[in-house]
Amino acid sequence: MQTPPLHVGAEPPFGPTLEDEEPSPPPGSPRQITWARRRAAVRRFWVAFRNDNMGVAGLTILVFFICVTIYAVFADKTGLSITEATGPRLTPPSLEYPFGTDDQGRSVLTLTLHGSKISLLVGLSATVITMVIGSAVGLIAGFRGGWLDQLLMRITDWGLVIPWLMLAISLASIFGQSLFMIILVIGLTTWPSTARLVRSQTLSVKERPYVERARALGASNWHLVTRHVLPNVMPVIMANTVLIVAIAILSETALSFLGLGDPLSKSWGSILERASNGGAATQGAWWWLGAPGLCIVLVVLAFTMIGFALDQIINPRLRER
Amino acid sequence: MGTRQYVIRKIVQAVITLVAILVFNFFLFRVWSPGDPVTFLTRGQGAQISLEERAELISEYGLDKPVFGQFVEYMEDTATGKLGASSFYQGEAVTSIFWRFLPPTLLLVGISTAISMVVGIWMGIRSGWRRGSSFDRFSMFFSLILYSMPEFWLGMLLLLLFSTALGWFPVGGRVSTSVSSMGTLEYITDVAEHLFLPVLTLALGYLGEFYLLMRSSLLDVLGEDYITTARAKGLLERNVLNRHAVRNALLPTVTLIALSFGYVIGGAITVEVVFSYQGLGLLTYTAIVSKDYWLLQGLFLFFSVAVIGFNLVSDLVYAYLDPRVREA
Repeated sequence: MQTPPLHVGAEPPFGPTLEDEEPSPPPGSPRQITWARRRAAVRRFWVAFRNDNMGVAGLTILVFFICVTIYAVFADKTGLSITEATGPRLTPPSLEYPFGTDDQGRSVLTLTLHGSKISLLVGLSATVITMVIGSAVGLIAGFRGGWLDQLLMRITDWGLVIPWLMLAISLASIFGQSLFMIILVIGLTTWPSTARLVRSQTLSVKERPYVERARALGASNWHLVTRHVLPNVMPVIMANTVLIVAIAILSETALSFLGLGDPLSKSWGSILERASNGGAATQGAWWWLGAPGLCIVLVVLAFTMIGFALDQIINPRLRER
Repeated sequence: MGTRQYVIRKIVQAVITLVAILVFNFFLFRVWSPGDPVTFLTRGQGAQISLEERAELISEYGLDKPVFGQFVEYMEDTATGKLGASSFYQGEAVTSIFWRFLPPTLLLVGISTAISMVVGIWMGIRSGWRRGSSFDRFSMFFSLILYSMPEFWLGMLLLLLFSTALGWFPVGGRVSTSVSSMGTLEYITDVAEHLFLPVLTLALGYLGEFYLLMRSSLLDVLGEDYITTARAKGLLERNVLNRHAVRNALLPTVTLIALSFGYVIGGAITVEVVFSYQGLGLLTYTAIVSKDYWLLQGLFLFFSVAVIGFNLVSDLVYAYLDPRVREA
């Protein structure tokens, strides 16, 4: 069974093609036709996504956490500083402190709320770096080929082989511990798998007839890449991006847990670091590590489920499953 | 003919990667690191280091030479296993510390990888063979949850439940303090008791990867023509699965074992910290916290070399198992 792959605005801008279940595009300028096509593609995509239970579940969790984070940024002004720790130390959840308190009497609920900002910020920013480097390397290597491809793929393979946590630890402990460094370190250690994926997709798109036709019509390399190759590689990049966010958040958590996070900002990982050093597990303070850990699991799960769902929609071979 | 070329090419590639790692390690810790290398590498010792000791270090590691000369000296030192002296362990050679901490980690990583591999592959086969069954859906959900969990958090939960609340296992460490007065059998039980929770944590943490790969690999294979042929020949379903499908579907997992090794090491670092299990992971943590850069660069080098070695072995094993790879 072959289902048509998603065309996100990559169709040649003239001549209606025979697409199933799609009305013929309204007459108008090529630009209007292109936009009508894109809207139709987005609609079709949304319908496919809506029918995927896993994707919808993931999106629901994610929307919840986005609301929580927005609330933490704008509405909740209760402090994080130790001086404002008002509660008794290490108390189980109560009405006043729904998630209990930590070893300094801070509300775990407040900590977790504020932790969402840093965890999501680092996860999303590091993903941007990963995607920019990974997509650029993959596109260039796949499209240009030759020695440049060889060189870039050697570097990529090399990046895949180095144990990432060890590399991240070394980089973070040498170049200092700021939020920016953590983002950079995660971005610099996760791009190789993306580069491989983008390259293989580029190689397949490059050989398609419409690229050959555009080239025959005299299109420049830049035009070919930005108008024909990139739009068709884009769906794969999107699905990968969502999965990378999950990995980036887990990476931030691990680095913070090892004490390599930004000492000035609280993330879910650094709450767990404090809980571990404060002996939460050996003192039976389940509430201290429960809430932040659960948040990590849910957010990572949400991104992973959305990523899997996107993969299913984009990759026709997987759809049969 | 093809086989020999393939093996040589893989070995050459591994050697190139190794050299690249060595060069990178040199630049990372001695050239790009802030400040001059001596101050940087001995930062953990703080002000304790005297001027004479400093001069000694400089001449010993050739740190006063130009970068290229330093590099030659560094390569010689590394080749002869001279990786510097740890400041945290009062000047003990990094190599000797390393050999002391290696066996526990090997035990931990080895056992947990074996368990997650066997269980993950078994679940993957069952799941892929009966796609859409309740077993399939449950294991899919289960492995997704495990995948999303930081290993150390899982470890903390297990520690909380089984050690603190139920008191079934010791709260940490590698052996009990009374180890010297134990008989052989008692010693083995003691080690096993300390090993149980860390192994469980790591095994659960990496179960999902093997499961997901085996499941999708089996689903790929089940769509192949030779499966249809096997069924058309009238083979028992059991034989179609065991003789034709599983054998081919197992191939990708060989690569995963090597690739996941890098990740298992990462997991072992945080899990060893949670359980205060004295292996290379906890040693890495010690190196980070005490800013012991000689130790950290030694560990970085070692882990990288180990992963390169594992990849080479897996490439060769794969080629042995699947002749198609050699031809390509």
